[in-house]
Amino acid sequence: MFTQTLVRRAVRSPLAELLLGPHGPDRYTEIVNPMWTTETRATVVRVRHSAPRSVTLWLQPNRPVTWRAGQHLAVTVEVDGRRYTRCYSPANAEGSALIELTITRHDGGTVSGFLFRNGRPGLVVGLSGPAGDFVLPDRRPNRMLFIAGGSGITPVLAMLRTLQSGGFGGTAALLYYTRTPEDACYRDELVGLGIPVHHIHTRDIHTRDRVAGDLTGRFGERHLAAVMADPDAVFVCGPTALVDAVRRCRPDAVAETFAPPVFAVPETPGGGRIVFRDSGIGIEGDGRSLLEQAESAGLAPQSGCRMGICHTCTRRKLRGAVRNLTTSTVSTADDEDVQICVSVAVGDVDIAL
Amino acid sequence: MTAAIAPPIPASATPNPNLTPEQIEEFGRELDAIREKVVADLGAVDVDYIRRVIKAQRGMEIAGRGLLMLPPTWLLGTALLACSKILDNMEIGHNIMHGQYEWTGDPALNGRTFEWDTACPADQWRHSHNVVHHTYTNILGMDRDIGYGILRMSPDQPWRPYFLGNPVYAFLLMVLFQYGVALHEVETERIRAGEISLADKRQVLEEIWRKTRRQTLKDYVAFPLLAGPFAPFVFAGNLTANLVRNVWAFSIIFCGHFPEGTQEFTVEETREETRGQWYFRQILGSANLTGGRLFHIMSGNLSHQIEHHLFPNLPARRYAEIAPQVREICERYGLPYNSGPLPAQFATVVRKIVRLALPGRST
Repeated sequence: MFTQTLVRRAVRSPLAELLLGPHGPDRYTEIVNPMWTTETRATVVRVRHSAPRSVTLWLQPNRPVTWRAGQHLAVTVEVDGRRYTRCYSPANAEGSALIELTITRHDGGTVSGFLFRNGRPGLVVGLSGPAGDFVLPDRRPNRMLFIAGGSGITPVLAMLRTLQSGGFGGTAALLYYTRTPEDACYRDELVGLGIPVHHIHTRDIHTRDRVAGDLTGRFGERHLAAVMADPDAVFVCGPTALVDAVRRCRPDAVAETFAPPVFAVPETPGGGRIVFRDSGIGIEGDGRSLLEQAESAGLAPQSGCRMGICHTCTRRKLRGAVRNLTTSTVSTADDEDVQICVSVAVGDVDIAL
Repeated sequence: MTAAIAPPIPASATPNPNLTPEQIEEFGRELDAIREKVVADLGAVDVDYIRRVIKAQRGMEIAGRGLLMLPPTWLLGTALLACSKILDNMEIGHNIMHGQYEWTGDPALNGRTFEWDTACPADQWRHSHNVVHHTYTNILGMDRDIGYGILRMSPDQPWRPYFLGNPVYAFLLMVLFQYGVALHEVETERIRAGEISLADKRQVLEEIWRKTRRQTLKDYVAFPLLAGPFAPFVFAGNLTANLVRNVWAFSIIFCGHFPEGTQEFTVEETREETRGQWYFRQILGSANLTGGRLFHIMSGNLSHQIEHHLFPNLPARRYAEIAPQVREICERYGLPYNSGPLPAQFATVVRKIVRLALPGRST
C-alpha cells in the first residue's frame, strides 16, 4: 500500500506531468494495465448466472467507490468499438469492497446483452457516480415496506442488506414482482434476510410461489393490506406501471422508476420539440439542421465548415433521436455527441446548448 | 531539361467542362455512397488498430528516450523517438483531431480534447486545419495552407521581390516546421499587410507561448537534466528527433497539395458551390503518394491525401481500401487522379518553390 501510494504520488507530480505531456501519465500507465489510471474503472472478479435472463457480476474497483444503498453507478462498456454507459444499482450492502451488479438482459439491449454474454472475470468496465436519491433515510422508520418489480430488486436488496448489517430493529417486508418464477433473482438471499418476502409473478397468476403467501396478480390495495398494514415508509423500485400503482395507494412512497428506452424512430424528421437545455429555449423541429434551428432561435453556437467535416459544432445530445444527414445514421441513445450542422431532430430532442 | 519547357498548367480550372451539373451531383452521390458504406462498417477493428498504433508510439517514445541517454545506443534511441513523434503527430494526432474516432465515445480518442507532441496548440490547429484548410481547400485567399502566409506556392499569388527568398523560406519552414505550424494562426501575412495588428493576436500568441514553452522545457531542459552527465546526448537526441519529424512532416504535407498538376481555385469559381463541386475541388487540389503499408502509416495516411480530403473524418486506415473505388470513379468522370512516389512528387514541389521565386506565371 505504501509503495502504491508512493508510485501514485510520483506519477501525479508536476514533473511527471511535464515529462509525460501532453498526453499525461494516465495514457501511459493504462497501456501497461487498464486499471492504472486516475479514471475510475473496475474489473469483473466473479460471475454468476443467477436467472435465465440475468447475470450477477462482482466488480473490483481501482479505487474505493462509496455509494448509498439504492443509488446507481454508471457503468461504461465497449461493444464493437463503441462505448455505452448504463446505470445499474449495486445489490450489496453499503460499505462493501466489491460492487455486486445484477443485469437482466432485455431484447435488443446492447449493454445488457453484452454483459450477459461477455461478463467474465477480467473484463474491465468504466465506472462513474454514484447518483440517485432512492435511499434510506438516516433515521430509519420503524415499519418499512419494500416493493420491487423485475430487476428493481437490486437497489431494494442493497437496502435490505444494509438494514440487516446495521442491526435494524424494526420490521420490514418485501413484495417482489416478476413475470415468472424463473425470472426471480436472489431467491436464496431473500430467504436468508429473515423478513417476510412475498414473491408474486404477474404472468401466470395461478402459480403460487413457495416463498410467497397466496397473493396473485398485479399490485393493488389488497397486496398492500395483506403484507403490511399502514407502514411508516414505502420504497418502490420497478417499471413505471408498478411505481404508478404504488403511488396511487401511497403518494408518499420513495420511488425509483426504470424502463429501457423504447422508441420507434419516425421516418421523417421534424415535428418534435427541440429543447436547447443550457439556454432554456424550446422550439418546434422543422426539418432543418439543429445548428440552423439554434441560430434561428437567436443562439450562436460555435460552428465551422457547416458540412459535417470539421467537428467544431459537436454538442452533447441529452435525449431523443437525431439523424446525421451525411452518414444517414440515427443516434438514439441518451448522452451522445452529435454534429449539429448535419443533424436533424427526429421527434423530441434535448441538446446541451 | 524537359522540366524547364513543361507547358504551364492552368492555375485554376473549372470542373471538367464536359460534365453537366447533373453528372457532377451524381458523381457526388457516388462518393457519398462510399462514405456511407465505410461508416456502416466501422467497429472494433478500427479502434483496435488505432490503439495498437498508440501503444507502439508510447512504447517507442519511452524506449527511445531511455536509449538515447547513452552513447552506444544514442542513434537507435533517437531514431525511435523520431518515429514516435512522427506517429504521434500524423497517424495519431492529426487523425484523432479530425474526429475520425469520435464515434467510439472513448475520451482518449476524442478529437476535441486531444493534444499532441508538437509546438502547435491543438485548439488552434483544429481551427486552422479542420475548418479553414479542409473547407476552403486550395482557394486562394482563403486556404492559408497555400504557402502558410510566407511562401509563393501558386502563380496566382502576385509576385513581389520578397518572394526571391522563396527557397530559403521553404527550407527554414522545413527544418522549423513545428514552429511554423504553431505560428499559423497568428496570420503574419495579414499583420504585415496592416489588416490586423499584433495586439489582435495577443491571446493566440499567449496560447502558443504556453504550449511551446512546455514542449521546450520537456525536450531541452527536463529530460537532459534527468540524464545528468549525459545531458548533451539527450539534448542532441531530442533536437535530432524533432528535426527528423519536422522534415518528414513538411515533405509529406507539401506533397499533399503542391505537386505538379494540383490546382488552385478562386473565390469567384467556388461561390455557391454544390456538394458535388466541393468533392471535385478536393480531388483536383490534392495528390497522393504511392508506397507500402509502413509508408502509409508513417505518413499518417496523408499519402491518401485525395481520399482524406473527400472524407476527412473517416478513420484514415480505411483510405487504402476505398482508394481504388475513388480512382475508378475519377476515371469514369474524366478527372485527374494525381498520384506518384514521394521522391518524384517532392521534386515537382521543389521545382515549383524555386520557379515561383521569380516573377511570372509559369511553374
